[in-house]
Amino acid sequence: MDRLTQARQSILAPAGLQDSDIEKIMNSLLSAQVDAADIYFQSSHFESWVMESGIIKEGSHSIEKGAGVRAVAGEKTGFAYSDRIELPVLMEAANNVKAIVRQGQEARSALFKPSHSQPYYGTSNPLKSLADQQKVDLLRKVDSETRKLDNRIEEVIISLIGAHDSILVASQDGQLTADIRPLVRMNVTVIVVQNGRREQGSMGGGGRCDYTMFFDEDKALDYGKEAVRLALVNLEAVEAPAGNMTVVLGSGWPGILLHEAIGHGLEGDFNRKGTSAFSGRVGERVGSSLCTVVDDGTLPGRRGSLSIDDEGTPTENTVLIENGILKGYMQDKLNARLMGVSPTGNGRRESYAHLPMPRMTNTYMLPGAHDAEEIIRSVEKGLFAKNFGGGQVDITSGKFVFSASEAYLIENGKLTRPVKGATLIGNGPDVLTRVSMVGNDLQLDSGVGTCGKDGQSVPVGVGQPTLKIDGLTVGGTSI
Amino acid sequence: MQNQDEINRLTALVQLLLDEAKEQGASAAEAGLSIENGLSVTARMGDVETIEHHCDQGLGVTVYIGQRKGSASTNDLSEASIKETVTAALSFARYASEDAYAGLPEASWLATEFPDLDLYHPWTLNADQAINMAIACEDAARSYHADITNSEGASVNTHQGIRVLGNSLGFLHGYASTRHSMSCSVLGQRGDSMQRDYWYSVARDAAKLESGPEIGRKAAERTIRRLEGRKLSTRQCPVLYAAEVASGLLGSLIGAISGGNLYRKSSFLLDMLDQPIFPEFIHIHEQPYLPGALGSASFDAEGVVTRTRDIVADGILKSYVLGTYSARKLGMQSTGNAGGVHNLTLDSGADDFNGMLARLGTGLLVTELMGQGVNMVTGDYSRGASGFWVENGLIQYPVEEITIAGNLKQMFKNIVAVGNDVDYRGNIRTGSLLIERMSIAGE
Repeated sequence: MDRLTQARQSILAPAGLQDSDIEKIMNSLLSAQVDAADIYFQSSHFESWVMESGIIKEGSHSIEKGAGVRAVAGEKTGFAYSDRIELPVLMEAANNVKAIVRQGQEARSALFKPSHSQPYYGTSNPLKSLADQQKVDLLRKVDSETRKLDNRIEEVIISLIGAHDSILVASQDGQLTADIRPLVRMNVTVIVVQNGRREQGSMGGGGRCDYTMFFDEDKALDYGKEAVRLALVNLEAVEAPAGNMTVVLGSGWPGILLHEAIGHGLEGDFNRKGTSAFSGRVGERVGSSLCTVVDDGTLPGRRGSLSIDDEGTPTENTVLIENGILKGYMQDKLNARLMGVSPTGNGRRESYAHLPMPRMTNTYMLPGAHDAEEIIRSVEKGLFAKNFGGGQVDITSGKFVFSASEAYLIENGKLTRPVKGATLIGNGPDVLTRVSMVGNDLQLDSGVGTCGKDGQSVPVGVGQPTLKIDGLTVGGTSI
Repeated sequence: MQNQDEINRLTALVQLLLDEAKEQGASAAEAGLSIENGLSVTARMGDVETIEHHCDQGLGVTVYIGQRKGSASTNDLSEASIKETVTAALSFARYASEDAYAGLPEASWLATEFPDLDLYHPWTLNADQAINMAIACEDAARSYHADITNSEGASVNTHQGIRVLGNSLGFLHGYASTRHSMSCSVLGQRGDSMQRDYWYSVARDAAKLESGPEIGRKAAERTIRRLEGRKLSTRQCPVLYAAEVASGLLGSLIGAISGGNLYRKSSFLLDMLDQPIFPEFIHIHEQPYLPGALGSASFDAEGVVTRTRDIVADGILKSYVLGTYSARKLGMQSTGNAGGVHNLTLDSGADDFNGMLARLGTGLLVTELMGQGVNMVTGDYSRGASGFWVENGLIQYPVEEITIAGNLKQMFKNIVAVGNDVDYRGNIRTGSLLIERMSIAGE
């Protein structure tokens, strides 16, 4: 059964709506002088399980559904949504949103043509991929195996989350598209204690697939091992240095640097409005020639992947920076139209109750020529940041910051002591110009990223090979 | 009153949820329901940009089978959905483990009196009026200075909602509240330096909002003063947290004395009850019954009565911040803080902002923080910052792309003064805070 048929069954059928009802709503929107309009239907199932102190502490389940109606004229947007998928409610929403445009026009009519695109993940419901007893057994096994790893472990907290999202988008050009989106995630947090000193470590993973991924090559048990390793490293960590120094970033999750420092500044809305430090710089050099950065929504089964974005546009592998030269921005339909370019499949929204905007999918840097070890060996004195917590950027000034959760001093080409609490701060538009070595070890993160923008959260992926940056400010306490 | 009819209707739905839970075999249950309507309007570059009509509803139920707990929620308030949601919660409870600490609050902890806290002030504002207010707000910002070159817009938001909470111990109460806000964010440019800053006002009663032009002017002034920021060299110096960022430090305090972090032993303030954690002049208390305040509530997210009480007196930690589960885990009583604190207030000192700058003398004034560099387990603190370099009590130049670092345990003890320039816009009320010494990392 194709995705559109599935979405009709899970969203429209329970509400007693037909395609012809969506056409009625669209025709009402099109009676005003709008440039674009869409109706977004969504039905989501979500569950979470938490194990703590060796017991299954709680589980929760949620079902949400609703529809959002949007009309766009020029730079103006009218938007209304409802959790009641009913024709009169949605007709009223349509009436409200088209008030953004004052003049009417001759009635146009939409006739929907189903549109299909290449899917990058399956449609099966992860919540049903395991029996509840199997989910509980998985958590118990991870808990008991993790606790056996070290006698300094004091607490293990494990969470398992699954979501199954169906969306259906109808747009003013008659396009009717749908997507079925599974998403799972597991996280293990470990607290260790030694001589009164307490530290923690966390590791997790997931993707657009079902829970059986956690059994592949004992992935779930590996999260526990890695969380314990991180916590034990932190027990030995000394105060981080402060000041400007050479920083080597590890492969994989440290790609959050690209996401924060570069990615946000390349979102179409900021650049259309001229509020980004990267505005008007397409064609200019923004990185060393070693740097090629892409945003790729088409990677099979990845957390940040989408078959279509939330405006029905198929996702792409979009080159943002090629050999250091800025090539283009990530676009949704509205900003693409206003900038005279094509949408890139980056129009995303947290839910039917939020407006879409340009957002990242999976953002990563392509690999270079060097072995990771060779890169470390080239540094006389500096910091190796292997793992990160979160980060943040001011897209206007370009300043970004992120926190290392695992970092080591590099002394004479060797990793020496682990350091704690290091924060890195820099300037987005020039950080890539200081990339002097790029590793051959591209890795994507394990599938845990969530990006926030304007109060909306969406799942994303990041990645990179090992990178050497000549000069980044490290904010430690040791001066 | 129509509003009271709606509260009654929703209260009946919560009772239906509780009855259904009992019917399906729950030994105890708690249910909550909320609906909210609102309007958000944004104007940018002198014209309307977005009009959003908000309409949200949701219900959630937590059930217990003996000491086993399960939860479920939905945004479908139909009777069929209520039945399904209860069934889903019960099926989760059947897989949960027996947990000796799980359960509803003690009946004696629950609120029994519901004073009117003056939280409901609907704003009859149509989209056209909101657009005009937003445009006036943004105009004031854009015309403030020639270096204001661009805008992210001004927005006007109004929300009203009803919340109902009930449990199988007989607690059942609903109330209406409103929340209105206005904000503005503009960009300034001088040479290569481009900066953005913002200002906002929020209140339960629209009459208490700062005027749109006032908000616009503040947003513009804050943007202009950041232009041509410099880095600092790496050093140690005193740091003054402006009131709008000082509340974040108190947020970290609340995190560290919250039940969840305490029983998990993931707090840098373990076993500090009745111990000094601040200098003697620091007094921090909770004021849940302030009329019309943003954090006011007569009961918490579990129906437990809230109390006006000291959290820190004479620098000594007097109370944790607990809900029912964490209280039982710690062998204590709930403090009425399931869901958070209510108007947490740090008593002010004598100095206004300029007085605090004079006390700072030579050092760093921080007006914005970035990133998440706070480790709750160890208290290690390292965050991106921007602000101003101050000499002899006078602002010299803007500073950016630096980090400030320390350990919260020491930072709390090293507070040397609290300003009376209190920021009332949030649930945490404090003036600016002066810390004797922190590490700055820069060039």
